[in-house]
Amino acid sequence: MNKKLLCLALAWACMASALAADKIKVGFISTLSGPGGVLGVAIRDGFNLALEHTGGKLGGLPAEVIIEDDQQKPDVAKQLADKLVKRDKVDFGTGIVFQNLLQAAEPAFLGSETFYISPNTGPSDLAGANCNPYFFAVSWVSDGYSEATGKNMQDKGYKNVFVIAPNYPGGKDVVNGFKRYYKGAYAGEVYTKLGQLDYAVEISQIRAAKPDAVFFFLPGGMGVNFLKQWHQAAMGREFPLFGTGWSFDQDTLAAVGEPTLGALNAAHWNLDLDNAANKKFVADFEKKYGRLPNEYASQGYDAAMLIDAAVRDVKGKIEDKTALRRALEAANFKSVRGAFKFNRNHFPVQNYYLRQVVKDDKGRFVNKTVATIFTNHPDAYVAACKM
Amino acid sequence: MAGWRRHAWLLVALAAALALPKIAAIAGQDFYVSFASRVLIWALLASSLNLLVGMGGMVSLGHAAFFGAGAYVVAILSVEAPGGSSALLVWPLAVAVNALLAFLIGAICLRTRGVYFIMITLAFAQMFFYIFTSLTPYGGDDGLSLARRLTLPGLDMAGDATFYYVVLAIFAACLFALGRLKASRFGRVLAGIKDNEARMESLGYATFRFKLVAYTVAGALAGLAGALMANQNGFVSPNMMSWDQSGIALVMVILGGLGSLWGGFAGATAFLVLEEVLSGFSAHWQIVLGLVLLGVVFYAPLGIAGLFARKPR
Amino acid sequence: MTWLLFLEQCLNGLQFGLMLFLLAAGLTLIFGIMDLINLAHGSLYMVGAYLVASISQATGSFTLAIVLGVAATAAIGMALEVAVLRGLYRRDHLSQVLATFALIIIINETTRVIWGVQPLPLNVPGALSGSVRLFPGIDYPAFRLVIIAVGLAVALSLYFLVARTRLGMLVRAGASNREMAMVMGTDIRWLFTAVFGVGAGLCALAGAMLGPLLAVQVGMGENILILAFVTVVIGGIGSIRGAFVGALLIGIVDTFGRAFIPTGLRAVLSPSVADVAGPSLASISIYLLMVGVLFWKPQGLFPARG
Repeated sequence: MNKKLLCLALAWACMASALAADKIKVGFISTLSGPGGVLGVAIRDGFNLALEHTGGKLGGLPAEVIIEDDQQKPDVAKQLADKLVKRDKVDFGTGIVFQNLLQAAEPAFLGSETFYISPNTGPSDLAGANCNPYFFAVSWVSDGYSEATGKNMQDKGYKNVFVIAPNYPGGKDVVNGFKRYYKGAYAGEVYTKLGQLDYAVEISQIRAAKPDAVFFFLPGGMGVNFLKQWHQAAMGREFPLFGTGWSFDQDTLAAVGEPTLGALNAAHWNLDLDNAANKKFVADFEKKYGRLPNEYASQGYDAAMLIDAAVRDVKGKIEDKTALRRALEAANFKSVRGAFKFNRNHFPVQNYYLRQVVKDDKGRFVNKTVATIFTNHPDAYVAACKM
Repeated sequence: MAGWRRHAWLLVALAAALALPKIAAIAGQDFYVSFASRVLIWALLASSLNLLVGMGGMVSLGHAAFFGAGAYVVAILSVEAPGGSSALLVWPLAVAVNALLAFLIGAICLRTRGVYFIMITLAFAQMFFYIFTSLTPYGGDDGLSLARRLTLPGLDMAGDATFYYVVLAIFAACLFALGRLKASRFGRVLAGIKDNEARMESLGYATFRFKLVAYTVAGALAGLAGALMANQNGFVSPNMMSWDQSGIALVMVILGGLGSLWGGFAGATAFLVLEEVLSGFSAHWQIVLGLVLLGVVFYAPLGIAGLFARKPR
Repeated sequence: MTWLLFLEQCLNGLQFGLMLFLLAAGLTLIFGIMDLINLAHGSLYMVGAYLVASISQATGSFTLAIVLGVAATAAIGMALEVAVLRGLYRRDHLSQVLATFALIIIINETTRVIWGVQPLPLNVPGALSGSVRLFPGIDYPAFRLVIIAVGLAVALSLYFLVARTRLGMLVRAGASNREMAMVMGTDIRWLFTAVFGVGAGLCALAGAMLGPLLAVQVGMGENILILAFVTVVIGGIGSIRGAFVGALLIGIVDTFGRAFIPTGLRAVLSPSVADVAGPSLASISIYLLMVGVLFWKPQGLFPARG
């Protein structure tokens, strides 16, 4: 009897090693240094927190995460992706913050049929005509936040809006999303140099143009500077300012402080969203890192949890790529944003909320969820996806 | 160095270069084949800059402008004329476009000397950078992805090993041509201008023309390197023209050996290998890189080529 | 365009230009006297801003932070001169570029190790955080007015220092004829160190002034470094007056380029062409200015050497 059992055990072990991987290798490329490094660090911290919650495993298998810094340079991102796919033979790619970097690195992953889970940027072409069976965006489509802001400003009845964004394709995409829902007139549209630091010139222009309200999309450090200078010029007294959630993430609020108070912005997630996963995430993040999490961290957390769920669903047999894709599509995990569902283009169908910056009871500047702008909102590109 | 020994070294180097993809395949590390292509492309860029700086004494801090422009010739053609994907057509075009650009820009820059020359070349590179950053039809700051590599009749360019051999052949040919150029009358006049321009002028040489030709050739070769890089990466972006790329090319030249024929190659290899090795160790590897560069300036001012030259004959 | 907007944009240009001048003044002297291309000049600006931000966080006093930060950065600058840069004076420009490029890399990474990747907050002191009504219709930020005042004060004191003092005489002699200056003093080395200290101090002052407007972060030095070099080259290497004129020219051209080129082009070109051409033309305007200046005057506007 013992012999029989041993045989069975051996056979099972052989089968297991033939069919299932013994560990899950994740290639995590992100911007960890330079001006954009704050965002990559947030995503990484969120991702690592999720791994801590799963006991260092993904779907029950030990996780090996190779973390690389792309220095916010597209050619570096491309080389790192090549290296991770060809040399380290990772099972999943994730981590990239910026659209131009993803564009450079994505062929290395998708071309070699390696799943890429985007924890941040969601380019509209990958949601539409170029949708790909190996690409999943656990975050949002690039113009989701600005669609929501546009809808909100339209609903509030603004008629003459000034728009300011950086002069690069991503900036124009975001403004196009805004224009899809805001139908009024424009007091002016300014496209600034990417990475511009001083906005005195543009602020003077806005004052002279006398708009009803201002919509700005200036990601990262650009937005921080714009907000500070906007506040110093006392513009807030005359012109209501609306932005995307990217300009009002928790790290920005902590760094800028007072000037952000009262600002309205749209995002798919917030600290105060009322679900069990989010409460645990926010509390443990603060305990581990000594600061409140932001959107980017929440997306990093969700990316790890999505991989974890999919690997568990296929019982570690990640070689069966069709099954693994089905499992990723099913997204059997508890997202910190609440209910989570992928559209057929592998982009989320989700709510977008209106948030306002307030002071919490500890005197910190935080976003408070004021209203739901869109419920179960799909992106505008899914029709073009032939998947 | 005795002639036969030099040839022996060359043969060994060539044999190693030819065998590299096989070795990588046996070791299961195909990644290093594309790494080697990258080294060779940077070596071509650094060698072209060495023609300017090392041979002609024209310190340019804007050489990446041509590197990027060469890459964009490939990328823009792939958008505008998706059918015309033969490398035999596109690469010469990249060279021609960049020769023309370098000729025009050189004609303006070479009116100045010394530091002013450094800064005016930088200014042109910055202009290229900002123009391509805001050139939305061609991707702007996002850059452009290429659907596939260009084709050469009879070769499968998609394979990393094949592409490596093509790059190797082009680099070898360019290095050979640069060597001939250096030994020619043109090269000697250029060296004379570097030493003492006024003297060459008083000897009756039209120094401006010699410098302009050198600038044009260097720009054209940098454009070729850019075109190869576009194919290597399958991607171009304005970042290729940013001033730190120009700085890195200059660092490679100095690291390898100013004015030495193999200086560009040695510098590119040393720099990229150093970067690859160091970045594996610590997130703060750049401190070490900086210290190594400082050490080179103070203790090995002639670069790697200088280390070899000092060995007893 | 109203004349009020025009006036406001002039103030913006003036303010930007004066801050550039703070950086360019030190750079042009180091360039002119020591014949040193110091790419790491921007790093001193960054270090200054970080020090001021940290000290102001720790002490709560912006003024104290400026005084201490400027002094500390000047000391760091002098230490750098003695330890590294002194060995580069007699070397060619190429070695200088390589060595100071290496310094940028080292200083950036060290800053990251010490202060982390997150930008440091540096806020305008409360009393200056509001705006001042200059005319009906122009509420100009008070802090930007302070920047203009500081910039003008520094320009005046530098003028006095260079034109009226013994140190200034040595500096002028050094800029116009280096060998001569070497011969005049038995020990000229302290002059070099002092000039470097002043240059570094001015960097820190610029960092302190711009920190509250811009972000205090790693890499902040590089972009402004290039602009400072453009200023120096336009003005003529070694000339304080040149740096002043060059800085104001750049401030005005950049400001007006951004403010009026895109709208101007939209009036004459089709919108799709103007939307591409306008912003790119605005962002290269200062480089066009520099190429233009060097085309007509290959030594800059006010060449220090005859």
